[in-house]
Amino acid sequence: MTIGIEIAYLIASVLFIIGIKYLGKTKDARKGNVISAVGMVIAIAATLFTLEVLTLLEIGIAILVGSAIGLYYAQKVAMTKIPEMVALFNGFGGLASFAVALSDYYFKRDTDLASLDAINLTSIIVSVLIGAVTFTGSMVAYLKLDGKVSGQPITFKGQHLLNLLLLIAFVAASVLVFLDPSQVNYIIILIVISLLLGILTVIPIGGADMPVVISLLNSYSGMAACATGFILSNNVLIVAGSLVGASGIILTQIMCKAMNRSLVNVLLGGFGQTVAAGGADGPAVVVKEIGVEETAMLFDSASSVIVVPGYGMAVAQAQHVIRELMEQCEKRNINFRFAIHPVAGRMPGHMNVLLAEANISYDKLIEMDDINDDFSNTDLVFVVGANDVVNPAARTNPQSPIFGMPILNADKARTVIVSKRSMGKGYAGVENELFGYPNCLMLFGDAKQTITKVVSEMKDMA
Amino acid sequence: MSISALIVLIYVLVLASYLGFELISKVPPTLHTPLMSGSNAISGITIVGALIASNELGYSTLSKWLGLVALVLATINVVGGYVVTDRMLKMFKKK
Repeated sequence: MTIGIEIAYLIASVLFIIGIKYLGKTKDARKGNVISAVGMVIAIAATLFTLEVLTLLEIGIAILVGSAIGLYYAQKVAMTKIPEMVALFNGFGGLASFAVALSDYYFKRDTDLASLDAINLTSIIVSVLIGAVTFTGSMVAYLKLDGKVSGQPITFKGQHLLNLLLLIAFVAASVLVFLDPSQVNYIIILIVISLLLGILTVIPIGGADMPVVISLLNSYSGMAACATGFILSNNVLIVAGSLVGASGIILTQIMCKAMNRSLVNVLLGGFGQTVAAGGADGPAVVVKEIGVEETAMLFDSASSVIVVPGYGMAVAQAQHVIRELMEQCEKRNINFRFAIHPVAGRMPGHMNVLLAEANISYDKLIEMDDINDDFSNTDLVFVVGANDVVNPAARTNPQSPIFGMPILNADKARTVIVSKRSMGKGYAGVENELFGYPNCLMLFGDAKQTITKVVSEMKDMA
Repeated sequence: MSISALIVLIYVLVLASYLGFELISKVPPTLHTPLMSGSNAISGITIVGALIASNELGYSTLSKWLGLVALVLATINVVGGYVVTDRMLKMFKKK
């Protein structure tokens, strides 16, 4: 019987791995997700078999409630709000692992104190720490992303010192737990410190750095599951947990590289603040405006167009009218593509999902490294709701806070049109040199409205 | 837990992490958002631990309640994660 269950766990682990492998190819990705889900069902079914006396009613109700909430949320959530959902779910994952670790602690303390050996206690302490940090950290990230809490970094004097003291207190309390595992009070101290640490590590991080934070918390939620696997000596938890842990770490690295920041630098926080202080001086940029009709004419006469979308496009809900613009251009045999910066949107790959939702074929979405050389022989670049990712200051101005960040070479194109609500600064609070370039024209107004007008102008021309 | 049992678990951890790094670095940036929501679902594997924890009869009610809370949360992760990932992947089309 036990062998059968172990084999079921093994099969589930293999299915998770195959599922992730399939996720590497866009056409197979959906299949991969199903394979992974089948693995999950097998793992759950096998676990239900191991339970000798099944308290089915409670378990059934819990699963029903969880499924209903998960299903409802997953079907209702808008694609612009996926980062919030992922942040929230990271938190749930962390809290679940945390609760399992605590449950196991209480169970062993009340039934078999001797089974709380050093290895077991270490696993429980690690699980409590990672689980609680993931939970409160994710909640803060969720509130920041959702605008319920200001996206500005929250810093105060002695913040790093406080974190350090909390860590020391955590280690001290852990030692006390080892000395007397039956003392619940020490565990409670550990819980409180861990919950605080989660909040304190995320509040100093600004909204622009949230893609890094949710990637990192994604990794933590996997590590939390992994730690729970050590408590229960369960291999499927360890395999699945480490796959998620690895995934989150890779995405974190990609995001850091795309912003030319080190992880330590992101975690220390306060990015937006220092920038806002330094960005005020410097000459104001003189810009040239363009109207809707001229924009339509420029599109009409171009033979190649690259669109640079940013989160502003999604906020204005302009992606659908951009698809219409694409259709107008393709009628005229204009080569029409999208250049996707790795940090476009609010989480890794977010822009691709938003454009896919607008029914734009994924082979039109080109990554930065693959399209950057093409800008110099492109007639027209259309920047919609993006700012920092096309700021040439990242290449030319060592004084700029974004200096060194890899950017899209939009400025190299023959003509650049920037669709923008007003002359505000980008998310990083930096003046954009591009807007003052001789080949750059500003199309002011709400992106959705102005582009709709451009499209109707183009329809009239045809 | 014995040291040798621990070592086996660490083997699994190291090998699975390595495999994870290899596989995930091949996922194209286009799919990074579904990858994250999909891995959210996979991290719901804690559901296995939650099932074991919530199935204690009589012993300590606190332990059982914690297990049930974990069970609800992990189920949200599993169901919500897989469904939203499928919803996204369905939209990725090539014309």
